[in-house]
Order: sequence, then C-alpha cells, then structure tokens
Amino acid sequence: MIKTRHKRLAVAAGAMLGVGAIAALVLNAFQSNMVFFYSPSQVAANEAPSNRTFRVGGLVETGTVHRDGLKVSFVVTDTAKTVPVSYQGILPDLFQEGKGVVAQGQLQDGVFVAREVLAKHDENYMPPEAADAIQRAQRGQSRLEQSVVQQYRPDAASTMPYVVGKQP
Amino acid sequence: MIPEVGHFALWLAVGVTLLLGTLPLVGAHRGRTDLMALARPATHVLLGLIVFSYGCLILSFVNNDFSVLNVASHSNTQLPLMYRIAATWGSHEGSLMLWLLMQAGWAWAVATFSKSLPLPVLSRILAVMGLLTLSFLLFVLFTSNPFDRIFPIPAEGRDLNPQLQDPGMIFHPPMLYMGYVGMSVAFAFAVAALIGGNLDVMWARWMRPWTTVAWAFLTFGIALGSWWAYYELGWGGWWFWDAVENASFMPWLVATALIHSLAVTEKRGSFKSWTVLLAIAGYSLALLGTFLVRSGVITSVHSFAADPKRGAFILVMLAVTVTAALTLYAWRAPKVGLGARFSSVSRESMLLANNVLFIVATAAVMLGTLYPLILDTLGLGKISVGPPYFDAVFVPIMAVLVFFMGLGPLARWKNDALPALAVRLRWAAGVTVVSAALTAWIGGKITLGSVLGLLMAYWILYTVLAELWERVRPAGGVQANVLHRLGQLPRATVGMMVAHVGVAVFVFGVTMVGTYDIERDVAMAPGESTTVSGYTFTFQGTQPVRGPNYEAIRGHLVVTRGGVQVSDMFPEKRVYKVQRNPMTEAAIDSRIYGDLYVQLGEPVAGEKWLVRIWVKPFVAWIWGGCLLMGLGGIWAVADRRYRVRATRESPTNAGGASVAR
Repeated sequence: MIKTRHKRLAVAAGAMLGVGAIAALVLNAFQSNMVFFYSPSQVAANEAPSNRTFRVGGLVETGTVHRDGLKVSFVVTDTAKTVPVSYQGILPDLFQEGKGVVAQGQLQDGVFVAREVLAKHDENYMPPEAADAIQRAQRGQSRLEQSVVQQYRPDAASTMPYVVGKQP
Repeated sequence: MIPEVGHFALWLAVGVTLLLGTLPLVGAHRGRTDLMALARPATHVLLGLIVFSYGCLILSFVNNDFSVLNVASHSNTQLPLMYRIAATWGSHEGSLMLWLLMQAGWAWAVATFSKSLPLPVLSRILAVMGLLTLSFLLFVLFTSNPFDRIFPIPAEGRDLNPQLQDPGMIFHPPMLYMGYVGMSVAFAFAVAALIGGNLDVMWARWMRPWTTVAWAFLTFGIALGSWWAYYELGWGGWWFWDAVENASFMPWLVATALIHSLAVTEKRGSFKSWTVLLAIAGYSLALLGTFLVRSGVITSVHSFAADPKRGAFILVMLAVTVTAALTLYAWRAPKVGLGARFSSVSRESMLLANNVLFIVATAAVMLGTLYPLILDTLGLGKISVGPPYFDAVFVPIMAVLVFFMGLGPLARWKNDALPALAVRLRWAAGVTVVSAALTAWIGGKITLGSVLGLLMAYWILYTVLAELWERVRPAGGVQANVLHRLGQLPRATVGMMVAHVGVAVFVFGVTMVGTYDIERDVAMAPGESTTVSGYTFTFQGTQPVRGPNYEAIRGHLVVTRGGVQVSDMFPEKRVYKVQRNPMTEAAIDSRIYGDLYVQLGEPVAGEKWLVRIWVKPFVAWIWGGCLLMGLGGIWAVADRRYRVRATRESPTNAGGASVAR
C-alpha cells in the first residue's frame, strides 16, 4: 500500500516540522527573556547593558532611602561601588536599610529604574545574588572588614520567600 | 523518651522495607507463594510503624518538647494547637516524615484495595514501593532525623514561620504529597510490568485508577498552593513560574500525559512502552522536584535550611532510581511490546498529539527551571528566566493542545476521517467563534491573548457539549429519553467531560484575569477615595489590633459601586511576636465574577498610607477549574468497570502472572 505509506511519511514529516517549530519558539523565547545579574561594581564599570532588562543586587545603603508619595529612591551597594535605584510603588515587607535587595529593571541615565524589587523575607537572609556581588567586591578590595559579609552569609538560610514588589 | 521511640520505629521500618523489597520479588520470580504472601502483611506493618513514628513527632510538637531540635526551631508555646500539628510538616525533616507516611499509606492502599491483582503482580508492585520507601527512610535517618535532640534545652521555640500559620498549611502539603507520592504507585506498576514482561489491557485497567487518583491529588495540591500564594503572600498573582512551582508542575504535566496514554493502552492496547516510560518519568520528576526544593539550589518559600549532604543524597537517590528503572526499561521494554496499530486520523493519533505536546511543555518548563541553576553551578553567570519566557512558550503549546482536546474525544478509535469530524464539529466551531467575539466585545478590550484564550475556553466547552449531545440524543427510531440516556453515561465519560470543562473554566479565568486585571498603588489619607474599574475605595484610617501571637495595624476601606456599599475591607500589617518580621495580610473580597484585593503598604507623610488595590475579574475560576479537573478524575475512577473487575475477575487468567514460568 504505497498510498498509506506516503500518508504516514507525510504525517511523520508534519510532526517533525511541528516539533521543530515548537523548539524554535521555545529557544527564541528563552533567548529573549533571559535576565542577567550584574553587581554594582560591574554596573559602575559599564559592563551592564543599557537597553536591556537586568538585575542588580547588594545592600540597601543606610540613609539613602527617600520616599516621595509613591516614588522611592535608594542606593544599592556591594561595599565597593554603588548604583542609584528608583522605583514606584509599594516595597516588599522586609525592604530595609542595610539589608539585602535585588532589583530588576533598566539603566536610564545612570539611574537604575526598577520595575521589580525583591527582598528576602527574613532579617538574617541575603538574596544569593546580592551576597555573591558583595563577596566578589570584597575579594577585589581586601581592606574592607570581613564582618559586613559574614553577617549576611547566604548559608544562614531561611524558610522565607522573596517578596516581590511589582510595578503596575 | 517519645522521640527515641519514634526514631526506633523508623529503624524497625527499615528492616520491614528490606524484607518487603526483596523477598516478594524473589518469590514472584521463583513462584514461591509463601514469600509472595509476605508482601501484603509487610505493608500493613510498615504503615503501622510509620504512623506510630509520625504520632511520636506530633506528640513532641503538641507537648512543646523543645529538647527536640525540630520542635524548638518550628514551634512555640503560643502557637495554636492546630498549627503545632501542621508544624510537623513545616520543616524539612517533618515534611519528609509526611512523605514517608504517604508512601506507606499508598502501599497499604494498593495492598488493601487491589484484591483482584494476581499475587505475583501485587508482590512485585509492593516490593518496588517498599524499595522506594527504603530509600526515603535512609534519607531521613542519615541526613534529616526529625527526632534530633538539642542541649541546652531552650525555654521557648523559634515559632513557625508566620506565613505558614494559615489554613493553607494544613491542606496544601498533604494534598500535594498525596499526588507526588501517588506517582510512585504508577512507577511501581510500570516497573513491575517490566519485571514481569507483560503489560496488557488488564494491566492498564489496574493501573489507571491509581494513576488518576494520584493525578487528581496533584491537581488539588498545586491548585491549593496557587490559591494560598494568591491570598497569603500578597503578590496578587496566582502563578509565578517560580522554580518550586515548576518542580510540582513538571510531574503534573507528565502525569496528565500518562493518564491519557493509559486510556489508549487500556482501550486499544497501544502506547505500551510509552506508558511505562511516562510512569517512570512522572516519579523521576517528582524526585527531581524534591531535589530542587530540598538541596538549597533554589530559594523560595519552600526551601529549607540548605545542607549539601541532603542535596547529594537526593541526587544519588534520583540517579539510582532513574538508572535502575531505565536500564530495566531498555532491557525489558521490547518484551512489553508496542501494541495495536492505528491510522493517522484516529483517537489514538489525537492522544499521541496530546502526549507529544505535554512532553514538549514539560521540556520547556524544565529548560527554564534548570538552565539558570546549571549556569550558576558551573559559575557561568547568574541569570533568571521569568514569567515572560514561560508565557511566550506555554500559550502557543496550550493553544494547539486545546485544539486537539476538542477533536480527541469525538474521534473514533483506530481510524477516522477528518471531513467527517469537521462536519460533526461544525456547530461547535461556529458557536465558539460567535461566543468568543461576543465576550470580547462585551469585555471591551480586544487583544490577541484575550481572543485566543476565549476561543480556547469556548472550544473546549462546546466540543464537550457536542460530544454529550451525540451520546444522549434520541437515535433514529428509538424512543429513548434523553434524561435516561444521560443517566446511563459511564462515569468515566462523565468524569472526562467534567475535567475537560474544568480546563475550559480554568482557561476562561486565566484569560479574564490576564486581560482585565487592574492594579493601582495609591497614597491615601483617611477619608480620601479612589475609583478602580467602577469600584470606589474610601480609606477610613487605621487602628492597632492584637492577635493571639501577633500585633497588627488594621486599615479599613469601604467599597462602593454606584453609590451602594458592596464591601468592608480590612487589610493588615502584622508583626509576629517571636520572629518579629512585618507581614502584610491582604484583604480579599472574593466573588464569582471577580475579586477585590487590597493591601496595606507603608505609612507616608502624615496620616497617609500607601494602599495597593487590585480588581481581578473571574480569578476564582482558575481554582474552580482545577477543582473540576480533579473531581472529574475522581468521578472517572468511580466507573463501574473498575469495581466490577474487582469482584468478578478471576486472578488466574489475569495478565502478568508468571508463576508458571
């Protein structure tokens, strides 16, 4: 039965084409939606992209949080370099000065405009990316006191989640 | 004393699982009834020991025995009794105990309710479940003993994470674990089929109800988790594509593929090897999920204190289980066979499309979940893949899946013709387009996503109705009552229809929330009001309140619509006495056509407070749809043919028996 065989072949080819199309779709979506993490030092060194969403993290520098109605601005530091961040909306419960934070957004004229702010929901916990950024910065400049980092080791883990503040 | 007794019971259980995991297998191989007969009582003893051990753990929590580390770090004398009991599974160690309890419970259930299974088949299944239990017992005993003591004994416990002090904590973990561990039953059936070298129609019929029940629990568990996150975490969303969510979603996708592939294996004897492979994959993904959550590679609500030893243990466990199962598969699958042939247009081919799409979806989720972890582990950089990726991938896959979902149940087994199918579905297709257009027009916001979503929801609904009509309409000449015919429908069919309508309800909810959801952050002074999509929210101010183990500031908003008061809402900002973390407790007014969701932010200048207001149309339909899916599954399991077999089938002629060998 040549006819059925042809039909089967066509179906198999169609299926392959379908799966191929889906694979292309998946990989393309993956490629365009990856969000990279940069430390304040990397941002200061102009390593971060200017027109693409990325994440930045570290500690919220003490005394830098200013709120004006819905608008809020603060400075994220990895103890070596800093990045000014602006955000609009309600911040997560445990967003505090001197604590770890990760923000997602884009860099605009030297200010990181965050669309999402993530803070860890436990006073002893530090988002792993933020802890990593600080550790890297400290390896760079040894004169800094170790104690800052030790206070926020990521292995002092907790059962608490990220709390996301999202901009509408 | 109590903790030591509980600990000892676990070691006794190790002994029982060692016997259960070996002797019945040998018995089934050699045809020795005496060894095989051990399997059933062994599962009973196993369940007894684990229930006893779990009881000891509960007792330690109820008695506030802070000399037990687990109790000291997850409980407190001020914690209400209900949550002290729920706190037993609030820790890493305790949740593994829950896993063990479920595992032993499922083994007991199989031993008790599968009276019709031939002894060798049952022995192999129970032996495999015994081995799986053994691996988890060793995991608990060597890396995560829930009965560890501490000294000096603290006077007070560190309390349960405030976010877990919620009724969701009582229902979500047990439900989810019922589903997770239930996948081990399908796994055990599949492995036993491989060992016996037989997977016939009867086998599929035995395996199907167990798999469906496990799937239903997994559905309930995930939906409950989603609902809990929605109202408790205050993120306002219902699914975040968080790694932990994905960890539970991957087994669900595979389980869904499995229950459909089992339908083909039972009805037509096809897809045999494929079914076995899916059953293995389902449990392996459940283990992978456990690894992701427990090893500390990801951080979320669910990750517990990271301990590399634990991660390594689960990884080894995963590797051994998967390798053993796949080796067995490679060796024995040819014996199981492929089954009957079918043409390119038939219900089999539709279900094949279903399976392929579910697997593709699983792979896509896996890529998004694992790739960032792998990059991070290899030190190649830190990336995150957020909801945009998953949305972009999932929506098209689901759209194709839903299209086949409409065709599948109407297509004939073995061979059908597309033109005939098109004729049968022409009304459904027409009404779908009209309904979707009408809904989009009434809603007043037409986007590609909303139109696609509405088409999907209505397509499912109307194809189910078309199928129902075909089944109950008065056939030519025969004066049969439609209602009577409705009553005659097999429960399996009704269950499938209910579950599919559940998908329609779910898709409708997702589409409406996705399209019409409105979020607004506003700074409000007492007396000020703001209007969001027709609802006027007036802030009345705040006052301090005191809970059993927390202090809070409670805001008050009055909601009116067209001058008529519709709701009083009281969002809170709580500080729990022991852990001192601030926590936002959203106020939610849930109705069938939508939710009002209000959250208190922080005080700003003067009397003003930041308030977040959400209006979420039809959001409850998302969980309602999941509920329908699960209930449909349970109803399908109640089908007559599963129960009739249980009494009538004689065990001698049943497949899989290899006593004679």
